Amino acid sequence: MIPTDIALAATDLASAGWVKVGTVDDLPELEGRRTTIEGRKVAVFRLLDGFAAIDAECPHKRGPLQDGLVADGCVTCPLHDRRIDLGTGEVMGHEGESVSVHEVYVDGTDLWVRLVGAA
Amino acid sequence: MPATPNPTGASPSGARKILVVGGGIAAQSVVEALRDRDATARITMVCEEPRLPWDRVSLSHLLIDGSVDELQLRPGTWYEDHGVELLVGERVTELDPVGHTARTSSGIEIAWDRCILATGSDALMPPIPGIDQEGVVAFRSPEDCATIQASADAGRPAAVIGGGLLGLEAARGIAARGATVTVVHLMDRLMERQLDANAAALLAPAMEELGVEVLLEKSTTRMRGVDGHVTGLDFADGTTLDADLVVMAIGIKSRTDLAKAAGLEVGRGIVVDDRLQTSAPDVFAVGECAEHRGMVYGIVAPIHDQTQVCAEAVLDGPEAAYTGSILSAKLKIMGVDLVSIGAAEGSGATVEDREARSYRKLVVQEGKLVGAVLMGDIKGHELLLDKVRTGHEVDDALALLAEASQASAADLPDTAQVCNCNGVCKGEIVQAIQDHDLGSTAEVVARTRAGAGCGTCKPLVKEILLDVRGGNVDENTYLCACLKQTREDIAGQIRAQGLESVSEVAAACGTGRECGGCNPGLAYLVSEINGNRHREERHARYINDRVHGNIQKDGTFSVVPRMKGGKTTSDELRRIADAADKYDIQTIKVTGGQRIDLLGVKKEDLPAIWEDLGMASGMAYAKSVRTVKTCVGSDHCRFGLDDSMGTGIEIEGMLEGLYTPAKVKLGVTGCPRNCAEAYIKDIGLVAIEGGWEVYVGGAGGTEVRKGDLLCTVGDKDEAIAASITFLQYYRETAEYKERTYTYMERMGLEAVQAVVFDEERGAALRERFHLAQAAAIRDPWLERRKPVVANQFSELDTEAPVFGFAPMAGDEAEAPASSAAEPVLAAGSATLAITYSDPTDGSNDR
Ligand code: SRM
Ligand SMILES: Cc1cc2nc3c(=O)[nH]c(=O)nc-3n(C[C@H](O)[C@H](O)[C@H](O)COP(=O)(O)OP(=O)(O)OC[C@H]3O[C@@H](n4cnc5c(N)ncnc54)[C@H](O)[C@@H]3O)c2cc1C
Ligand code: SF4
Ligand code: FES
Repeated sequence: MIPTDIALAATDLASAGWVKVGTVDDLPELEGRRTTIEGRKVAVFRLLDGFAAIDAECPHKRGPLQDGLVADGCVTCPLHDRRIDLGTGEVMGHEGESVSVHEVYVDGTDLWVRLVGAA
Repeated sequence: MPATPNPTGASPSGARKILVVGGGIAAQSVVEALRDRDATARITMVCEEPRLPWDRVSLSHLLIDGSVDELQLRPGTWYEDHGVELLVGERVTELDPVGHTARTSSGIEIAWDRCILATGSDALMPPIPGIDQEGVVAFRSPEDCATIQASADAGRPAAVIGGGLLGLEAARGIAARGATVTVVHLMDRLMERQLDANAAALLAPAMEELGVEVLLEKSTTRMRGVDGHVTGLDFADGTTLDADLVVMAIGIKSRTDLAKAAGLEVGRGIVVDDRLQTSAPDVFAVGECAEHRGMVYGIVAPIHDQTQVCAEAVLDGPEAAYTGSILSAKLKIMGVDLVSIGAAEGSGATVEDREARSYRKLVVQEGKLVGAVLMGDIKGHELLLDKVRTGHEVDDALALLAEASQASAADLPDTAQVCNCNGVCKGEIVQAIQDHDLGSTAEVVARTRAGAGCGTCKPLVKEILLDVRGGNVDENTYLCACLKQTREDIAGQIRAQGLESVSEVAAACGTGRECGGCNPGLAYLVSEINGNRHREERHARYINDRVHGNIQKDGTFSVVPRMKGGKTTSDELRRIADAADKYDIQTIKVTGGQRIDLLGVKKEDLPAIWEDLGMASGMAYAKSVRTVKTCVGSDHCRFGLDDSMGTGIEIEGMLEGLYTPAKVKLGVTGCPRNCAEAYIKDIGLVAIEGGWEVYVGGAGGTEVRKGDLLCTVGDKDEAIAASITFLQYYRETAEYKERTYTYMERMGLEAVQAVVFDEERGAALRERFHLAQAAAIRDPWLERRKPVVANQFSELDTEAPVFGFAPMAGDEAEAPASSAAEPVLAAGSATLAITYSDPTDGSNDR
């Protein structure tokens, strides 16, 4: 999720498919916020030990996942309580249901996200 | 060997007169065993302590602010209902086994046919020089606890002499109150009678992590003191320890004086045979005062075995014999799981996982299971206890250990003892669930008393219930289902350790770390116990409580302004209409709660629409006080008996902004025609001729239930006082998400009335209500001007709403600083201390 071994200039980041979505200060601890990248809604979360990004729409009935409760590396959808693993995107207890997981990179205080498959 | 019962045993009336001396667990247990078998015997119970029989096992609750009243074994009415004459605060001072009489401290003469001694024991106080100074106490009575608590709260260092179950429990209680405490133990390891060296080696560091120092191999030779108050200990090896409080927990000494003076045979305890009969034919003894086959037991489980046999013998029932009990012990310290059964030393099988700090061992002798030590992971201990009891033959001890760790409630035989405190086995629990159609753990506990003692078996009771009912159980017994922690468990820790935030609870008890589902419940609990002077952490709250609106199926929110008592003004209606136009509201609806709902508002528009409305939040999205519906009442209605509208508005003003375990809705009607539906509200006030009625626990949702009449009072002020006293009691004792209609069914009207109308407890509840209310944020919508976290109302791809405030306004709302050039992995916290008592911007009109 969080590549730590790369250190690139902003232009390099952009050319490598990364999109700057804000700064780390934009996200309160253990909360999520939505961003839009190429028309795709992405929920970005600040965890206790880093950040995570997944598709923002719940596979059940499109609940806004950025508004869910975050704990133990999972987010719970605010509409009907599906739990989604922020590392794998899988919906717990609903085999086959999942959301895409995107990459997050923190450059200083800047927060970058790269859509899965955009590398 | 059993002596023939005295032929004069029956009294002339036919009903036997039985005297029970003592008021502890043993006395209560034998009385219940007698009453179960004989409805007519005339039973008199004399107890020396100035209180109803109580549960000594739970004594350490008193170190966490509890009161001994909460530990009663049975309510006062039980004795009346069961025809038991109870003399409280009386001591039996003389006993004449030949003349069949007894005399009490205030000179009452009691004639009896059979007498049972259940005089218990005192703490062992060896003749160490200086032991009779102030500051040296035992850990056995509520008075001891009061001394310990006062000393610990003053921060004075304490020493506990004795590293057994009792000493460790006392030390943990002192440490939890924040004082330094050292356990001083004579032997080279803790709990040497119950544990082998390996388990003891894991226990010491676990205790040290809980803030308890451990000193081994120390023999106390003298207690130093100044002006008659203890100041420290001198040890045989020349070392010393400073301590302003010394708790003695090295053992017990049976109370045998009365028996001795009566000429009964006495050894370490009152000597009894296999029928629990003493050396006098009509006198029996049970509990910690009795010595059976050379053993004096210091735990509860044997007591229940003894009292069953004793009751048969006393009533000349079928021949029964007590042949002794297996010793088993369970440490009741949250975070240190430890069970020891029977023999601890010897060979068998061990499984150790140092990393997980778990150690499991079986002891096998001559092919039979004789003991087990389980530390860290105590799964299956009930099964193992049953196998030790029945002398189970073991071929492969390792396989048995593995079987035990997989054992579920279903695998336990009916004979397995589930509750050691009250001696209840699985079969009895299953029977009770089936016979009485019990549907919740609380009901099972109330009926069988399994789990009513130390409470550590409650998770198993629940498992059995689930098993019997095929999962068809509807309850929220655990606040944290992952760790099986109940609201009471966690509340105890919050109080004892002064925890002020959800994160602190997680750090102290592990609660909420696993699935996080209980975080909103924890957030409520922390705020309630701290009287709203807690540290608020928004990430523990549902989105509704982060943005103060109810989330809709499309991710937008609804806006319901407060309209007290359903009364509004043309001015408010105009502002609502204007706002609806300006923000393009899809639907405007009059709600069932007598106010207006604006539906379909985008998150980022919330602050601005609230500003335009200039009304306070109706909190229609939270577990909180929602609405107070009223009818027009005496202002206009020809039947109105009192001012229902005014009263409703007044009460809503007093309650607004308060969070509650589940939503609370009120109704106030001007007469019993009930136009505001007060009979089916959580709290309903009904004006009647000459006064008011207050109903609680009504419902008109998924369930329809008429409220219980809490009281009838003379005027509206009394009605309001009764309402807030009830509300506060509900706030403090309901499970999270438990509406008043289920709460009242669970608690019972009488029990609630007993507390609410108790002068002292009622006044204390009202005081805590006012403290909580003073610190509550009456209008959460004011956060529009002073958001408490970054981007509270916006996304990364929407503009933060701006109208006169910077998105990160306020000193407290400091963003987590991080200018480091490398990726930020662990950053500061968005945990913000916000003071709820002072919403400084008060320009909004309400
Ligand atoms: C807006 C309103 C319906 C209306 O258009 O009139 C309403 C709307 C909702 N009710 Fe209600 N209830 C509304 C009055 C009622 C009433 C009538 C009353 O308050 O007098 C009841 C029955 C009384 C009672 O609660 O005992 C009522 C019993 C429920 C229940 C069943 C509760 C129960 O334990 O039986 C739920 C479900 C729940 O809480 O789990 C519920 C849940 C809901 C939720 C919050 C469902 C949800 O979680 O999203 C609905 C929110 C819709 C939205 O997003 O705006 N609503 N709901 C009413 C708002 C009242 C207000 O001004 O605050
Ligand atoms: C802090 C603590 C924790 C414990 N934890 C556990 C545990 O987890 N598990 C466990 O199994 N056990 C535990 N125990 C032990 C358990 O509490 C005792 O085994 C049990 O309470 C003994 O009951 P009893 O009725 O025999 O004696 P007691 O509790 O001593 O009761 C005797 C009663 O009789 C009264 N009395 C005495 N003489 C007279 C007289 N002449 N006239 C009238 N009344 C008289 C006394 O005042 C007293 O009220 C714990 C004990 C303590 C102190
Ligand atoms: S009755 Fe059902 S659908 Fe209607 S508002 Fe209440 S919860 Fe929603
Ligand atoms: S929309 Fe997410 S659980 Fe239903």
